[in-house]
Amino acid sequence: MQVFLLRRTLGFLATILAISVIVFLVMNVLPGDPSVTILGIDSTEDARAALRAQLGLDDPIWLRYLHWIWGAVRGDFGTSYFFRVPVSDLILERLPLTLSLAAFGTLATVTLGILLGVIAAANHGRAGDWLIMLVSQLGIAVPAFWLSMLLVLLFAVKLRWLPPGGFPGWDDPVAALRSLILPTTALALVQSAVLARVTRSSALEVMRLDFVRTARASGMTRGRILGRHILPNALVPIVTIVGMQVAGVVTGTIVIENVFYLPGLGRLVFQSIANRDLFTVQALVVLFAAIVVTTNFLVDIAYVLIDPRLKGRLS
Amino acid sequence: MTTRAINLRIGAFLVIVLSAVALLSLVWTPYDHTMLSVTEKFRPTSAAHWLGTDQLGRDVLSLLMAASVNSLAVAFIAVGVGGAIGTALGLTASACGGWVETAIMRLADLGFAFPALLFAIMLAAAFGPSLSNAILAIAFINVPIFARVARGAANQIWTRDYVLAGRAAGASQFSLTVEHVLPNISAALIVQATIEFAVAILAEAALSYLGLGAQPPMPSWGRMLNEAQTLMYLAPQLAIYPGLCIIAAVLGFGLLGDGLRDVSDPRLARGRA
Amino acid sequence: MIEVQDLSVRFGEAEALRRISLTLTPGERLGLVGESGSGKSMLGLALMGMLPEQAAMSGRLTIDAHDLSGAADREWREMRARKVAMIFQEPMMALNPLRRVGDTVMEPLRLHLGLSKSDARRRALELFEETGIQDPEEKLRQYPHELSGGQRQRVLIALALACDPGILIADEPTTALDAHVALRITDLLTRLARDRGMMLVFISHDLAAVARTAETVAVMYGGEIVEMGPVGQVLSDPKHPYTKGLLHARPTITGGELRKRLPMIPGNVPALADLPPGCRFSGRCAVELPHCAGTRPAIHAVGGSRSCACHRVPEVMDGAME
Repeated sequence: MQVFLLRRTLGFLATILAISVIVFLVMNVLPGDPSVTILGIDSTEDARAALRAQLGLDDPIWLRYLHWIWGAVRGDFGTSYFFRVPVSDLILERLPLTLSLAAFGTLATVTLGILLGVIAAANHGRAGDWLIMLVSQLGIAVPAFWLSMLLVLLFAVKLRWLPPGGFPGWDDPVAALRSLILPTTALALVQSAVLARVTRSSALEVMRLDFVRTARASGMTRGRILGRHILPNALVPIVTIVGMQVAGVVTGTIVIENVFYLPGLGRLVFQSIANRDLFTVQALVVLFAAIVVTTNFLVDIAYVLIDPRLKGRLS
Repeated sequence: MTTRAINLRIGAFLVIVLSAVALLSLVWTPYDHTMLSVTEKFRPTSAAHWLGTDQLGRDVLSLLMAASVNSLAVAFIAVGVGGAIGTALGLTASACGGWVETAIMRLADLGFAFPALLFAIMLAAAFGPSLSNAILAIAFINVPIFARVARGAANQIWTRDYVLAGRAAGASQFSLTVEHVLPNISAALIVQATIEFAVAILAEAALSYLGLGAQPPMPSWGRMLNEAQTLMYLAPQLAIYPGLCIIAAVLGFGLLGDGLRDVSDPRLARGRA
Repeated sequence: MIEVQDLSVRFGEAEALRRISLTLTPGERLGLVGESGSGKSMLGLALMGMLPEQAAMSGRLTIDAHDLSGAADREWREMRARKVAMIFQEPMMALNPLRRVGDTVMEPLRLHLGLSKSDARRRALELFEETGIQDPEEKLRQYPHELSGGQRQRVLIALALACDPGILIADEPTTALDAHVALRITDLLTRLARDRGMMLVFISHDLAAVARTAETVAVMYGGEIVEMGPVGQVLSDPKHPYTKGLLHARPTITGGELRKRLPMIPGNVPALADLPPGCRFSGRCAVELPHCAGTRPAIHAVGGSRSCACHRVPEVMDGAME
């Protein structure tokens, strides 16, 4: 067990490191001279030289990477060329909003997806099952940003129940949460479609197993059998999908923040692209990729917690 | 008729209609979709303009038709290129085994850490936003997916008798791969490609919506939605049609892919629906 | 007390059980024997109210004076565990793999009997001891995959006994186990039934196991009980041609070597839908008469408490068939 955890942790750290190398290479080496990327092709050679000197771009590439990664480990991602403040400050300022959106989105996705999947499985072959499968099939095909627009059209423009976008800040928590309702809904409706389908098929698979019959023979109610016996056993594929969906949620927050004009990391990354703020984009891409990898790492660990058989095999 | 057969038929129907419209738009659209008109702005549905006109007086139906070409072409190139590279890597991994296989599959795992949007963001920051960067990003995410599918399917073929017989006869790994392995995993690859086609169409729409894909004046469903968003109070219908097109395309390829998978491998279909 | 009268179970046109009638008195141990597809497991499930959803049941079924003919699942739930319990063929998958077996056994104790956690634990421990589980304290904390097949079957028996049911249905409980383990499980079931005064319905295709366990035996074929009576009498002096065939088909050990005697029953058990409308055994029977396939045989009393459903029973009684 310890060996397993150690190996997974080392693999996880190696992956993060590899990601940082890839991002650094794509953003610093492939385009050629980063000073051109930042200043644009119309810039003068003098200005570029000055910038290169200021940013230490004349050092060899491996030294620049080491410099950057050593700073990143200590939480220093360099200084934003556009905002003239440390990139880490920019990130920390916007992180709470993005994390809240991602957390609400994941929570709503998991709740809705598992609930719908279980309802469909419990009504296997009946109208409820059929309806949920139809809606989820559509849900997979709907772009989150388009659904967002429809939600704004209905709840903000027509009904005027909720704000169409923007974020009032955390000083007024009620207003802050209200402005996150539509973004969370858009994120969760699309993401939960896949989860509902996986939950359903996994639950149907487990329902066929003998221990369900044993539970029934012990006089358990349908609800109890479903909740206490079938669902925990259906969880492994569900957790796998949830882990894969985190990539979708991360991507989703970036898109959704731009639809709803929410000042989070997703907005920041697009502002930074427009501003040619290379270091900020670089830090954000690594951060987003690291979030994806970290979740998958946690999912790997979660398997062992869910299934005691795995623990036995690992020790 | 089973639900699955219905799914397959709906999917095939949508894909055929979409492809036909795209082909038609290459030679004919009701109007020139680049033609602007100051007097014909925001027209509602009429006999002249079936779906009305947009904020620049362009015919919406013509725009949607022209954009379908863009959608299909992007998906075709991205899935084609990414799928080919991924398949080659997967086949190499399977044929070589050992550390080569481990190394390739580790790299593929790494690729999964980058969703298409993240990769597109990187490219846009480094080279500026463009449709070719979007295609590159979508192609990139297809590489690890196809590497995994190809290797998994190929590993099963390598244990078959006819491959073992070929190997005993002294055939090289390369010729065995080309002659026996690739033809035998092609069904799995086609199924995967159909499903990834749906994903690619969705990704292109999202990237173009965010300004990282098709640039003006190239017509794109995603970009049309971007433009419609600011006009939502004025002309909500402009935000509806492109979305319906995206759904129809994604649904079509998705259903077709699922249906093909069920047909080609009933074992996978069990328990899934 | 179980009373079954004219119980039939249909799946569309196919009749999986046809007009079963039997009575079980408290403490009685009944063996149900037959080949696979004879309906013996279906009868076991019917006694638990756990027939597949598509099944249509008719006839009367009474357990301890509760009329359960056409009862809803909710009524059956009150019966299960507390009045009737069941153990199944495959102990490997019959336990929830994610739960410690102690928790599985404690679940009905807490749920149905309302015991506190510590009381339920104490009771589970007693049940483990009663079912002969070694190191019961430790086993309570283990997961199913850490136990052997025999131990798992004992856990399942402990689970079935948790709420002190008057009836235990054991559906091929030893089929998946090694021979020597199987023997200990059958003996355990017999002892438990005797000690607790519990009715036991022992379903098996293994005549030797039934002979060890049951007092009464019912031989099933094609969804019908073709012969029933005290186990010693039926096995030593079978009346129905099918029972005779079954006894002859048994593998016997001669001179230390396992040898199969020549099969007395030609052909295989037909599919449910292909069974003849009259005597189910016609077509495979060695002493068949022309009208057997079309006419259902009556159930003849054949001396004392025995019965047999065969057109040729009167002759059989005279020994004309030998």
